[in-house]
Parts: sequence; C-alpha cells; structure tokens
Amino acid sequence: MVAAAMPDLQAAVDDFVIKLKRRQVEGSLATAKSTVLLLRQVVSHQRIPSSGPASSLIDAVKSVGSRLIAANPMELAVGNMVRRVLHIIREEEATIVAAQVGVTPVSDSDDDADVHGVPGLSAVALAAANRTALRAPSLHNLLESLPTSAGANVEPVPESDTKSRSSDKNSKSWKLKHGVIDAIGLLLGEIENYHSEISEQALEHIHQNEVILTLGRSRSLLHFFREAKKKRSFQVFVAEGAPRYQGHKFAKELAAMELQTTVITDSAVFALISRVNMVIVGAHAVMANGGIVAPVGMHMVALAARRHAVPFVVLTGLHKLCPLYPHNPSVVLNELKSPSQVLDFGEMSDCLDGTDGSPVHVVNPMFDYVPPELISLFITDSGGHNPSYVYRLVAEIYSPEDH
Amino acid sequence: MAAQRAGRRGQEMADDEAHTPLQAILLADSFTQRFRPITMERPKVLLPLVGVPMIDYTLEWLASAGIEEVFVFCCAHAKQVTSYLKTSRWKSQPNFKLTCIQSDDCVSAGDALRSIDQRNVVLCSSKVLGDFVLVSGDTVSNMPLKEVIQEHKARRTKDKLAVMTMVVKRCKPSPLTHQTRLGNEELVLAIDPATKQLLHYGAPNKQRQSILLDKNLLAGRQGVRLHLDMQDCHIDICSPEVLMLFTDNFDYQQMRRDFVRGLLSDEIMGNKVYTYEIFEDYATRIDNFRAYDVVSKDVLHRWTYPIVPEVSFSDSQATVNLDRCNKYREQGATVSRNALIGENTFLGQGTTIGSHSKIKNSVIGRGCKIGENVVVEGSYIWDNVTIADNVQVIQSIICDGVLVKAGARLEPGVVLSFKVTIGENFTVPQYSKISRVPEPTEQDSSDEELEYADSTGDDSGGRIYISANKVQVGQDGAGYRWFKDAVHDEEWKQSAAAISGEKIKELMAKQEQEEDDIQDVDVIPEEKLLSDEEESVDEDDNFEKEVEENFKRAVNGVKLENVVLEVNSLKLGYNKAFSDCAGAMFRAMLNLALETPHSTAAELLSTTKQVISKWSTLFRNFLKSEDDQIEVLLKFEELCLESASEFSPLFSKVVEELYDKDLVSEEAVMSWASEKAGAEEADKVFLRQCESFIKWLNEAEEEESEED
Repeated sequence: MVAAAMPDLQAAVDDFVIKLKRRQVEGSLATAKSTVLLLRQVVSHQRIPSSGPASSLIDAVKSVGSRLIAANPMELAVGNMVRRVLHIIREEEATIVAAQVGVTPVSDSDDDADVHGVPGLSAVALAAANRTALRAPSLHNLLESLPTSAGANVEPVPESDTKSRSSDKNSKSWKLKHGVIDAIGLLLGEIENYHSEISEQALEHIHQNEVILTLGRSRSLLHFFREAKKKRSFQVFVAEGAPRYQGHKFAKELAAMELQTTVITDSAVFALISRVNMVIVGAHAVMANGGIVAPVGMHMVALAARRHAVPFVVLTGLHKLCPLYPHNPSVVLNELKSPSQVLDFGEMSDCLDGTDGSPVHVVNPMFDYVPPELISLFITDSGGHNPSYVYRLVAEIYSPEDH
Repeated sequence: MAAQRAGRRGQEMADDEAHTPLQAILLADSFTQRFRPITMERPKVLLPLVGVPMIDYTLEWLASAGIEEVFVFCCAHAKQVTSYLKTSRWKSQPNFKLTCIQSDDCVSAGDALRSIDQRNVVLCSSKVLGDFVLVSGDTVSNMPLKEVIQEHKARRTKDKLAVMTMVVKRCKPSPLTHQTRLGNEELVLAIDPATKQLLHYGAPNKQRQSILLDKNLLAGRQGVRLHLDMQDCHIDICSPEVLMLFTDNFDYQQMRRDFVRGLLSDEIMGNKVYTYEIFEDYATRIDNFRAYDVVSKDVLHRWTYPIVPEVSFSDSQATVNLDRCNKYREQGATVSRNALIGENTFLGQGTTIGSHSKIKNSVIGRGCKIGENVVVEGSYIWDNVTIADNVQVIQSIICDGVLVKAGARLEPGVVLSFKVTIGENFTVPQYSKISRVPEPTEQDSSDEELEYADSTGDDSGGRIYISANKVQVGQDGAGYRWFKDAVHDEEWKQSAAAISGEKIKELMAKQEQEEDDIQDVDVIPEEKLLSDEEESVDEDDNFEKEVEENFKRAVNGVKLENVVLEVNSLKLGYNKAFSDCAGAMFRAMLNLALETPHSTAAELLSTTKQVISKWSTLFRNFLKSEDDQIEVLLKFEELCLESASEFSPLFSKVVEELYDKDLVSEEAVMSWASEKAGAEEADKVFLRQCESFIKWLNEAEEEESEED
C-alpha cells in the first residue's frame, strides 16, 4: 500500500519543486507551511525498516529536503522547516531510546538492577543522561527533562514484556513514526498560529499616542496592529517599499481598520524618523547571528532608526529563524528580480544595449541584510528576544548535525 | 503595479479549479531562412540561448503560465526536435502534456495550421477543442496567460467573430526602435482604444510616408489610435475557427502578412482581431540574429525573470552562480586568475579560459577552451568550441565544435556554423557566414523556404573538409562562405553585430531628412489620399494581378476547383463582379499565350487557340451571364488597344474561337456590336474587323429562325 502511494508522493514533491522554481510560491509563511505538509507526507509514506528506523526517516527527509532547498535557495524557510523536521525525528528517537534504556533494567535480570540500585530511579537518571548526551544542554531541556523521561518510563513497560522481539521493534518504529507525525502536526500548528501568538504581545510594546514607522507589508504586523488598536490609539507611517510597493497595499489595509495611516516614500524615512517612537517591521528570515534578511530598503530604515536612537523592532515567527550565518558563502542572500519593476521595458532601450558607450545596468534586488547591531528586539511567538539571544534559540530548535 | 501583479498571480492559482485544459500549439519551425546557414544542420528551436535551447524557454513559459497541453508541430529537422523532446524532462512534467506532430511537407505557418486542422478532423479525439495559444518555438516570455485567455473567452461569448487576440507590448516610442532592437520592420497598428480591436496591421508606406486606412474604419467609432510604438509579441490566442479559416483560405501562408491582414480586409466574414497589451511582462520572438543578440542580453539582464540562468529550468544539473554585474558562472567553469570576466557574461560547465583573456557581454557555452590573450566581446559561443591564443571575437556567433586557430580575428556580425575551422591569423570579414555545408546554388534553393536537409552532417563532413576554400577561411581552415545573404541590403539590421553609433546617426539623419521632406510636400499626399479614384485604380491593378497569379498557379498544376475558389474569394475580397473576374482571367490567358514564343501572327493565333481550348473549362466558371461575356469582349478590345497590341489584327479570329468553344454566346457578340455601333469612329476598328463574323452570325440566326 505504501509502495502504491509512492508515485503520488513523488508527484507532490515534483510539483512543489517546480512551484518553488517558478517562484509561484513565495513568502516565508506559504513556503514553510507547504514544506511541512509535504514532509509530513514523506514521513507517513516512508516504509520504516526494523533496523535503524530513525536513520531511514532522516535520509528520506534529507533527500527531499535538499531538492526543495535547491529549488529556491532564497526561501530560507524551506530549509528551516526541513531542519526542524529532522530535529523532530532525532528528538523522537532520543525519547524512545531513553525509554528503552529505562526499560531494560526492569525486564532483564536482577543483576543489572543491583548494579543500578533502585530500578525506577536509575531509569530516570539514565534517560536524562541519554538526553543530555544527544542534545546540547539548554534551559528548556534542563527544566523539561525530568517530567518527560519519567513519563516515558511508565508507558513502555507492559508492551516489551508481552510481545516478541520483532513485534517490539515494529512497535518501536511505529511509535517513532507516530510520534514524529504528531510533532510535525504541532509544528504546523505553531506556524499557523504564530500571528496570534505575536499579536498577543502587542499591548506590551505599543503605547498610547505613539508614532510607529514600518516599511512594506507584513501580515504579522497587520495582526499586531489590529490587536494594539483594540486598546490604544496610535499613528503609523508606512514607507511604500519600492519597487514592489507593498506598502501601498498595507496602508490600505491599515486604513480599513481605522488606523491613522500615512504613506511616505522610502527616501523620506530619514526626514520623518525623528518624529517616530518606534520602528516595527517584518522580516523574511532571521539569521543565526541575529541579523535579518528583509525587503530591500530595510537597512536604510534601520540605520536611520539607529541615528535617532529609535528602537528597531522585528516581528518574526520561529519558522523564519535560520541556523545559517550570513557570512556563509553557500547561502545566497539575495534574489535579483526583473528590472521591469524598476523601469519600463524599452524606455531606455537605447542605452541598455550599450551601443553608445557603456550600457546602463538595472539591478533589482529583493532583499537587504540588516546586521544584528541595528536591531533592538525580536518579537517571536516564544516571546521577546535580544539579537544576541538568537543563537540560543537556534540551538534549541535545531540539531547541530543538520546545519 | 507590482502588488497588483502578485495579487493577480494569486488569483490565478485560486481560479485553477474551473477546469478546461488550456492548450497551446507551438510551431517548432519559423519557416524562414534567417538563421541560415546554422539551420541547415540544426533546427532553430534547438539553438541555445544562454546555454538552453530556445524551445525550453517557450515550454517553460507555457508550463508556468498554466498551459496543460502543448502540441509541438515539427517540420524542419523534425526528427531532431522530437528526439530532443522525448528525452527532455517535459515528457515527465506533472500536469503538462506534450504531443509532437510531425510533418514534412509544410513550407509555411499556414500549411502547418492547415495540416493540424486536417489531423484534428481525422483524429478528433482530445485534440484541440477550445481556444488555444499559438506561438512559435522561439518565443521568450514570462507573461501570465490566464488573464488574456479569459479576456479572449469572455469576448468570444459575446461575439463569436472575435477569433483572435494578439499580444502587443509598448516599446520605446521611436520609429527606429523596432529596427535597432529586434531587426524587424516598422510596424503600424491601428487599434480601437475602447474595444482594443485591431483595425490595421502593417508597415507604413515608405515612399509616401503615409498610412492608408479605410475610412470605413472610422465609422461608428469614437476614435482610432495609431501606434508606431507597439511591438508585436507574436503570441496569439486563437479560437478553433482560426484553423478553419486557414483551411478555407489555402493561400494564407504567414500568420501576419496573410492571415491577419486577410482578416482585417475581409469585411464579409466580419472576423475580428483584438489586441492585449502587456506592460510589465516580457515577451518577444527571436526571428533573426539581431533579435538573438538582444534577447540574450535581456535574459542576462534578467528581464525574463524567473526564466533566468540561475533558476534552472532546463535538464542541465549544473548550478549557476550569479555574481554582481550579471556574471553567471556554471559550476565547473575554470577561469584563469589573470583572465578578466566583464559584465553580462555566462560561462558554461567545463569551459576553461586562459590567462589575460577578456570576456565581456558574451555567452560561452559548455566544454569550450578559450586560450590566452583572447578577446571576446558581445559574442555567443556555443558548446565545445576551441579558441586558440590571441584570437579576437567581436559580436559574432560561433556554433558547436568550431575551431578558431591562433591569431585569427572575427569582425562584427560573423556567423560560424557547426565545426568550421578558421585558419591561423586569418581575418573573417564583417557579416560573413561560414558553414561546412556549401551554399545551395540557385536551382537548389527553388524549394525556397525550406530548411529540411535532415542530413546528420557526419557523413558529409569529411568530403567537405577537403574542398574547403583557403581564401574564405584561411590556411588549413574548413568551411564555405555563404554569399547569398551577404549582399543583402539590410544585413546590418539583422546580424548579431550591435548596430554601430554611426549607423544610428545615419538613420536618424535620414529620418529627419524624410521628415523634412514630408513637411515640404505635406499637402500633396493628403490629396492623394483623398482621391478615391487612384486607390481604386490601384485596386483594380492588384485584383487583376492576383487573378493572373492564380491562373498561373492553375497552369503550374494546381487543381482547377481550388483556383476557382481562390478567384471567387478574391472577387469577394475586392468586391468585384463575375464579369471582372472573367475579364481578368481572359487577360491572364492572353498573357500566357503571348509569353509562349512565337514569330508570326498565325503562330500566335494557334497558341491562343490552344490556350483557350485548354482552359475553357476553367474560364467558363466565370462566364455566368451574358454581361460577363460582353465584359470579356470589352476587355479584349481594351487589351488590344493597350498592352497586347499584337492581338489587334487577330481580334475577330479570337472572337470566333471564343464563339466556337461556346464561351461567348452569339447574343453577347451581338449586344457588344450594337453597343459599339454608337461609339466614336476610332473605337470602331475592331467592330469593323468583326463585321464579316457578325454578318455571318446574323445570317445564321435568321436561318435558324426561318427553320423554326
């Protein structure tokens, strides 16, 4: 049955790869969501051999993942999601291994029990040891490790007792798969709900009568403002975000919810920044060093904000958090779009050809990289963080071997 | 604008459910010789454009625009095209069906469409059913198609006669733009601004510096907008009727020259063509070397995004890195540290570039070896080319497997076809085209617009090598220079060489000069325009010429019924009566008789008689009434007076012959005679000549009546 479903999966992967290549799916939220959905399919279709179940899953996800990443390297969220899923698999495996280590002393002879002392306690200790061995220690781990491993200790005991060895293995791989799919479901929920998680914090950051500046359009920012609007009255300057002019659309949306909105050109940012209390923007991706990849023009806004000591706040979901560093040359940090957004075709055809002297170049980059020094705060679905804390978040949600 | 576009894209995806499969017909042949001599060995659609065959650009665009089924019509080198497509990834694309149609006997786009129509009738399965997109295999575009197709369909539901929608794009509003950018002719479009209906398509009249428009076009319209600044993208959304129209009008050859103009001038059927203007998107066709150069640069400049080199859409697996200033480099290209790679360059996999070489504005394919101190500027070098040291390549196109030996120099506009070798220190002059295949002689090229020669090239290679000409390609070079097009007046316009500043200045000066001229004679042409008479005289001439053409076709073996149909359609087209047709046809017959060599009048008479008897069946089709027959006689008289004075002594004889063959009834002769009886004396020459014949006719009639 699984084999019959495989061509389906293949077609789904191909379809998504083509859409990514043709730039028909763009934006971190859409790509992240589709990637996770696809990877869930991959996991559920993967036939798991009894030996090394986790590694086969990891290989399957990796092979699909590398194709997706290659299809559009600029959509960093795709890579993030692949790594998140890999991390989930590793975690799940670790939990199961830990549970088994906890189990063996109980089911085996009493000699072991003697060595380890009281069986129940030793299981907990072993599991904790195992986890820490598999995972870098982190704040979350330290707090969580006790209850989870204790819980794992209780469950698997009767199963391994009653069933034969092979069925035990099967149930183990089944459990792994089940656990992974559940966890991917949670991840999906996290991606879908990150707007509301972020916007819940709106009231802490936006105060009465403040003037807020933003550039371009961001969906999470829209939710953020909507939430703040319920309790506070404030004013928003929207820089239009040439040459894609997403700001125009954003301003319309803000005006529709009766927010006092002003559209300015990108070049007017510096002229108005002195009147602004806070800059809040969305990002395309957050790099591991705390810098962001954001729509073009953002670096300029960040510099203007720094010059006038205006806080520069970035809203981002955890799915945008990328474990790569921006100095890594293998990461392409920009996408050059068609010059037609900047200039009408044919308008300068005489000089574009370079028949008379040197030709005019029209460059239309999509993104800016804003270094971490210019960013005051990240508001994520797990709360507010400093740029310097980003590496910590990365360590928590990704496995180092997947970077 | 951009936001709109993004929204549009999104909406397209949402609309995906409303499902009728979108189909396209791709003509994998341009039916011209502009890319000769290269196209002698490889079909045009497989020529690489920035490392990828042109057809892949077209297919990628169609696929990404949501076309689900493509019929590729292969003609020249059909086998190469189909075998390429078979192994390509297009066969395995999800939601994308590719069907190849092969044909060997098509010489034009019209033939191709007729052939598709016939097969459609035969196969009748899931073949072209609804509206379809018609493009040629050398189209490079990134425009979304859903919207234009929807617009077309919406119009069709309201008006069944809106058979076609043409995509146009505004370009720089200068009359020189067309020429300098794409090497095309100037183009004037008349468009109804309210409905976007196309009213006129054509080049402006060079001599008169004017455009002739039918004044009926203005009737019932708020206005007509004349465009000199529109570029025809050669992307058409057609209804199934278009195929039928091609079948009905079997003399339609080209899409634009014959079909579009035919539709526009044909008021009886009332079919309409509409335009759809694109703004931000890119769309153009590569139909000569100039366009090849320009479009390659546009691709490097990323106007075609997302169809750009580093977004791999072809089969090649190599990843492409993009550096600042549009420098593309495939993985595995080796560049010496001393080499200078300038802006707008593409380097293919496995290519090596020697030290101190300078590459600028150029595309270099895969597996090439470029030596030291080589200068490559504005050139297109395909795969596996070897260029030795100290060579200069400027604004040239070099095909696969070429060897350029040390110290050689290629001047602007040079085209080196497959496997040519250029000798040491040899300078290839401007605009020369060199190929391993010798240029066909005049007789050979009688099957003119064909690029068959499905030869594999290998078998003939050795033989040609020996007979290579040293003067043309240098010492130990290999290849023939093609001269046929070299003398071509407009070479500068269509070669790969960029048009020099001087040439543009020269053109501009000419332009200004012409503009001055117009101002000088400003009043006169307008008067000319107004004088309907002249126009109608023109039309008469045209009509007669066309009828004659058709008659000649009949002589050359085209089926009679086809010719009859054709002449009938001409009759409708020019709004003529049968009598006009008959007159024109008779004139054609006499011309034919005149053309056959003859020495005496008697000989001429006998050939005339032969012609008349031979073509009487055809001729009779147009002699429906007595009036037609009278018209023939009048025409004959006129001819004898003017062009074909040789016939004047034979007038009565020919009339008798016509009577004998039952082509002209005696009533017709009699009424002609009575009509002429009142004429001036000078006009009665022929009447007098026929006196005896008429008398005889009269007597015969009397006898008949007596018998009764």
